Amino acid sequence: MTSRNVSCFPEARKVAIFGGTHGNEMSGVMLVNMWKKNGAEIQRNGMVTKPFITNPRAVEKCTRYIDTDLNRAFTPENLSGPWDEGLPYEVQRAKEINQMFGPKGSPDAYDVIFDLHNTTSNMGSTLILESSTDHFNLQMVHYIKKSIAPASCAVLLNEHPHLKYSTSRSVAKHPIGLEVGPQPQGVLRSNIFESMRDILKHALDFIELFNTGVEFPPCAVDVFKVIERVDYPRDANGNITAMVHPHLQDCDWEPLNPGDPMFQTFDGRAVPYQGSSPVYPTFINEAAYYEKQQAFVITRREMLAATAIRKSI
Amino acid sequence: MGEPVTLPGLARVAVCGGTHGNELSGLYVVREMERRRREEGDKVRTVSLTLVVSNPRAVEVCRRYVETDMNRCFTNAVLSSPVSDTTPYEVRRAQELNTLLGPKCSAQAVDLLCDLHNTTSNMGLCFICNSSTDWTILHIYKYIQSKLTDAPVRLLLIDIPLADSYSLDSMGKHGFSLEVGPQPHGVIRADIFNIMKQGVDLFLEWIDQFHSGVVFESFEVDAYVRKRSMDYPREPETRQITAAVHPQLQDRDFTLLNPGNPVFLTFSGETVRFDGEESLYPFFINECAYYEKGIAFHLAEKKTLRVPSVKVKKS
Repeated sequence: MTSRNVSCFPEARKVAIFGGTHGNEMSGVMLVNMWKKNGAEIQRNGMVTKPFITNPRAVEKCTRYIDTDLNRAFTPENLSGPWDEGLPYEVQRAKEINQMFGPKGSPDAYDVIFDLHNTTSNMGSTLILESSTDHFNLQMVHYIKKSIAPASCAVLLNEHPHLKYSTSRSVAKHPIGLEVGPQPQGVLRSNIFESMRDILKHALDFIELFNTGVEFPPCAVDVFKVIERVDYPRDANGNITAMVHPHLQDCDWEPLNPGDPMFQTFDGRAVPYQGSSPVYPTFINEAAYYEKQQAFVITRREMLAATAIRKSI
Repeated sequence: MGEPVTLPGLARVAVCGGTHGNELSGLYVVREMERRRREEGDKVRTVSLTLVVSNPRAVEVCRRYVETDMNRCFTNAVLSSPVSDTTPYEVRRAQELNTLLGPKCSAQAVDLLCDLHNTTSNMGLCFICNSSTDWTILHIYKYIQSKLTDAPVRLLLIDIPLADSYSLDSMGKHGFSLEVGPQPHGVIRADIFNIMKQGVDLFLEWIDQFHSGVVFESFEVDAYVRKRSMDYPREPETRQITAAVHPQLQDRDFTLLNPGNPVFLTFSGETVRFDGEESLYPFFINECAYYEKGIAFHLAEKKTLRVPSVKVKKS
């Protein structure tokens, strides 16, 4: 028998919970505002959990963003470029957040950041990972999934070279996106709010346990890996000419087979999916993605192996 | 059985979408109807049909409005107010629409105006009008209700005398809104679009039949009459909401709400119960656009309307 492979990570002492990265995604806004007033629920021994509104101007106007999408703004160019009063609001904000919770890539960066989002898509509770090799994160999502069972939670992995993006949480060593839907923008649904709150509770429990020195054994995590983005059919002026088909609408995480209806034109015709093999669509009909040329993303299921982990002495 | 009431024909009809720029079904129904007209020519109809995108600037930025809610701008006072540099866009546009489709309360106004809306509330197809004695409108409702089976179809009466009405549909001699949900603002759902398109096709079909001399039989129908509304619990100073619509009320539009039933769940886990004295029907439960208007939901009582048989007046 070969020697056991255990990945060691430093204690996670600095944890942040970001809400309002998109100002109209209400669960995160309300949770963070609640915890800023009384944060007892999110504190754990041996660590400090900081609730933080990342885009206060967008929250105030209950809009996704003011000048540009904050959750795309943490690019190396934006973070390292010179300060300028004329910069878009969200670029200024990205630089500030990078100072407060980063700098991204440095040893001083926050250990874990949870970024709270809602979607109009029927994704249920979804944890979003940016790396398939962050074993700390893989173990955390495994722990969360086990803890909330029989309730379920999908895991979306986006490390696609062209489709991944520079998120607000990416300034941390271990970034986790928490996306819960369906919820309309600007609306607060009680069940969605409580689901998000419950997932965070288990996530923080995991970190606390990890910090006490518990070793988590190797595990496998079922993930949906982003492969491709599919746009709406559009005319020469860029206007959409069809809608997500009723048979695909709300069917996030269910297999889409070649020949299955994908879009419905305004005059009632079905447009079928013409890929060569079944895929798993998600982010189906997300309001914010019309302008990003995305009707849904296509994923493939994969099993990721996580090594055992424990804190380094 | 009495003689049918004879009613004037409806020569000019308007269908309006995009009155709120992020309520997408109506916008796309109007665009699809415009496209068909361009590509296939005018369908042979007995009416002259005007298709309108009411608030193009709000549509462009996919927001409810740019400066002020256009669907509150159609009072006589706002329509006749003088225009200056500081006049909000929607007021100026409302006055333009008044010229195009009105003037409101005049003989030149369109005979019938249908305004298309979406809601984040689980209201199915809601036919909204201001009068319990406008037989034309009520027969249109009955026709839609009897033929549209893909969603619950209900009649909602917002009892306002014409002089006080503020919505776009009050510009026509007869007016109504089709409100279809649930749909998030900024999203177009095919199922919701199909329901709204069917609603529009059905009312135009009714008009053609009406003009051809069909006698529409009398009937009784349930109407929900708005009585009052309830706001979220809020913090006194900041006015921030402190609770969400209770899970047992969420999505239960038009299900009877009894005194003592849960209505809100606070963030600290307490249930707030309905303290009304009588059972009422909630609707517009958790409509996104109403947070800023201080409305968590409206409450209605149910009333039965008797509608006589009608036929078109021969001119």
